[in-house]
Amino acid sequence: MPDEKIKKVSIVISKGSLEGVYPGLIMANGARMEGIEANLFFTFFGLEAIIKKKMNKLKVATVGNPAMHIPSLLGILPGMSAFATKMMKKEMEKLDIPPVGEFIEMIHDAGGKIYACKATVEMFHLTKDDFCEQVDDIIHVGKFYEVSAGGEIIFT
Amino acid sequence: MATKTLAGKTIEVNDEGFLVNPDDWTEEMAPELAKEEGIDELTDQHWKIIRFIRQDFKEKGQIPTIRRIKNAGGVPIKDLYQLFPEGPVKKAAKIAGLGKPQGCV
Repeated sequence: MPDEKIKKVSIVISKGSLEGVYPGLIMANGARMEGIEANLFFTFFGLEAIIKKKMNKLKVATVGNPAMHIPSLLGILPGMSAFATKMMKKEMEKLDIPPVGEFIEMIHDAGGKIYACKATVEMFHLTKDDFCEQVDDIIHVGKFYEVSAGGEIIFT
Repeated sequence: MATKTLAGKTIEVNDEGFLVNPDDWTEEMAPELAKEEGIDELTDQHWKIIRFIRQDFKEKGQIPTIRRIKNAGGVPIKDLYQLFPEGPVKKAAKIAGLGKPQGCV
């Protein structure tokens, strides 16, 4: 086992599908559980995970995802994404993986910092009120590098 | 396999100091294990968590997740991190004489 421990991670979440958001949340929570400092930076469609009205309604993408093992033509059928989402949420609940809103709250209560990308916030005409209360700040990319200094940056 | 003397008893531990057999554990061992983790004194709040995860482990056969300690154990996440800094479930499990948690959440 290497002597040097990871001390800090900054995780960028750029996708807004359920499967696009969870890996970053699990990694951030896992980091805190190991005593590792964690920042979460939500950008582009990843912002959906911290928008109050949307965070608990994220869906699994059933189109353009070969690992789903259903033809894309079927993936477009109404209800397909909802069905896949329901199945995945059921499996996650068995593993005690929380819904997005509760997960964000847990990470924040654990001391993880939650940031929204300023450029995307402006592009989508969002304001601080659209976000869940755990969002620490809306920051630009320069500030992101500042808060990430001395740690690893992971893009998801 | 390494051994360690806790509360006057010699017991098996793994290379990270976690007890190999949860049944070897007695409450008298907890303060010594806590000191190894940098916790000088176990308060009632610590004990509430230790007892919960021991009980849950006994019933479910696995160490509860942090979410389960929060929801079923009724301990706020902030308190958990305050009581067991830099590794709440890992440290609590070690002090409670259980193995190292293997879950991702």
